[in-house]
Amino acid sequence: MTTTPEDNGPPTEVSDADIAAMHDDPRFVELKRTLFRFTVPVLLAALAWYLVYVLLSAYARDFMGIVLFGNINLGLVLGLSQFVVTFYVTWAYNRFTERKFDRQSAELRDDIMNGGGR
Amino acid sequence: MSILAQEMSDSNRILTISLFMVMVLVTIFITIQGGRKTSTATDFHSGGRGFSAWQNGFAVAGDYVSAASFLGIAGTIALYGYDGFLYSIGFLVAWLVALLLVAESLRNSGRFTVADALSYRMKQRPVRTAASIATLSISIFYLLAQMVGTGALVTLLLGIKEGETFLGMDAGAAKVVGIVVTGLLMVAYVAFGGMKGTTWVQIFQACVKIGLAFVLAILVLVHYNFNLSALLGDAASVSGQGAAFLEPGLRYGTEVAGDSLQTLWNKLDLISLGLALVLGTAGLPHVLIRFYTTPDGKTARKSVNWAIGLIGMFYLLTLVLGFGAAAMVGKDAIIAENPAGNSAAPQLSQVIGENIAGSTGGAIMLALIASAAFAAILSVVAGLIIACSSSLAHDLYNGVFKHGKASGKQEVVFAKFAAVGVGAIAVVIAVFAQDLNVAFLVALAFAVAASANLPTLLFSLFWKRFNTAGAVAGIYGGLISSIGLVIFSPTFSGTETSLLGEGVDIAWFPLSNPGLVSIPLGLICAVVGTLMSSESHPDRFASMQVRAFTGAGAERASVH
Repeated sequence: MTTTPEDNGPPTEVSDADIAAMHDDPRFVELKRTLFRFTVPVLLAALAWYLVYVLLSAYARDFMGIVLFGNINLGLVLGLSQFVVTFYVTWAYNRFTERKFDRQSAELRDDIMNGGGR
Repeated sequence: MSILAQEMSDSNRILTISLFMVMVLVTIFITIQGGRKTSTATDFHSGGRGFSAWQNGFAVAGDYVSAASFLGIAGTIALYGYDGFLYSIGFLVAWLVALLLVAESLRNSGRFTVADALSYRMKQRPVRTAASIATLSISIFYLLAQMVGTGALVTLLLGIKEGETFLGMDAGAAKVVGIVVTGLLMVAYVAFGGMKGTTWVQIFQACVKIGLAFVLAILVLVHYNFNLSALLGDAASVSGQGAAFLEPGLRYGTEVAGDSLQTLWNKLDLISLGLALVLGTAGLPHVLIRFYTTPDGKTARKSVNWAIGLIGMFYLLTLVLGFGAAAMVGKDAIIAENPAGNSAAPQLSQVIGENIAGSTGGAIMLALIASAAFAAILSVVAGLIIACSSSLAHDLYNGVFKHGKASGKQEVVFAKFAAVGVGAIAVVIAVFAQDLNVAFLVALAFAVAASANLPTLLFSLFWKRFNTAGAVAGIYGGLISSIGLVIFSPTFSGTETSLLGEGVDIAWFPLSNPGLVSIPLGLICAVVGTLMSSESHPDRFASMQVRAFTGAGAERASVH
């Protein structure tokens, strides 16, 4: 059998008001700032790089066709760079959350769950 | 001449069928094992929330890497070279949106469906209705594209050509059988296994398809001594296009000599497709609900790391498979088999197998890759069916009609019937639509997800002022504009390749992909709708954000 409370009931024994109260806590404001300072610029940069790639594929075909070595041209290398960027951002975000975000966020969660969120 | 049809003897087909059967039996066994402990709504919709990061990551990859990815991208690369690559890049980069903005927050603030998170601080019924309609539209478009493709794919994988018969079936009958069998299996996974059974099936199928793609790609690379440049050179010279084969422009954003207006539309169409791909993934309901199967937001986020690794590796492999098929099978042989290029990877596997161990080797490799493609179909359609049935049961039946008063048990029973119902409808439509060109439905599903779901999801997580009117306007605005624009596009009518053919012409919107217009429109509708209503619940926003970023109050794994 399951130990979750009722299927349609509140998930855990903490009131919405307790949770909401944390919103104005300076530590929560700081948590959000830490998170957004990482995610927003990083995501915008990655998406911009993707958009540049799509635009180059549409409008700069001679440029994309420049051969770098053998049969490898710039278009292929820029395409592969999208993989590199995606993998790198994933790795960097994982490092960021492990070093900073998870600890701060867990601290606030424990506070709320122990009734100290006010 | 076609390699596949000539050498595809009945004994080869029996080998392929046997492998299909083995996979079917294994997945049914997994379903029954997984489904035994499915009793509560949390079990059915979210698999008991006990899946670890790697498990959910593999299941996400199983959910996401469709036959269109497996065979379609390899085929597009084999026929058009570089341009086939654009799809895989969009499909991968898109995961950063899911990773950085959506996965953890969604897991922490919702319970079973996308509508849970969207309606958290809104009036329940209007928002749930809208979100559910969007979920159903996206999932059913995607499902139909997969199901219609399934029929053709099964006949292709078995090598049954027009005029031939196998086990008494001609190509037409085999297509219908393929669709019906796929339909029965996907409904069985979901109805008997719930999310837990489906997740294990998807994990298994992800291993099968990614593993076999890996083996095949390595064999191609071994053939070229791991010299990528030599592979590309061969592909370019065999294609007859020379260096142009390795440059953009053969498939998307083509330049029409002497028609600068059409050239402009083609290029905007390419950009429109690129936008929908990169912004659509983080709004696909069948992918998003997978995050609820993890014990907490942190695990949901880490499962995306796994998914990105697996999916990224898979798309790198398709690059090798596509150029490998271009070089070792050749465009003419592929087109003779399947004009869309879907047979490129299976044909490549046969050639590789023959190089190693003669015709037996060819038959074995072909049967293996065919099974991998079949696994790709099954795992994706099962994910789509569970997204539909969860939304019908949890959002529409319980949330809207029963005002949230139905018990978990009633919801589960309803969800199982819903899975059967949606599956039956999809099978019937797919059987009747099998000769129509429905490939555009995948791009449409991504466009709706990017236009209707993503803006409203992000606003509800990050914009305090956002309210019911904004959510409803944003969802319907994005949904109606994407579908509407496609109806009046050349995909739907006016050209030879249109859904309705050349005879009917109601097309006035020049792009096949609506994203470039419908994404901004969805966004504007959400903003204008919000500003026109004075509704505001600062407390609910506060509690939603705190939940999203700390995980406070979120449901944990259920312990059996």
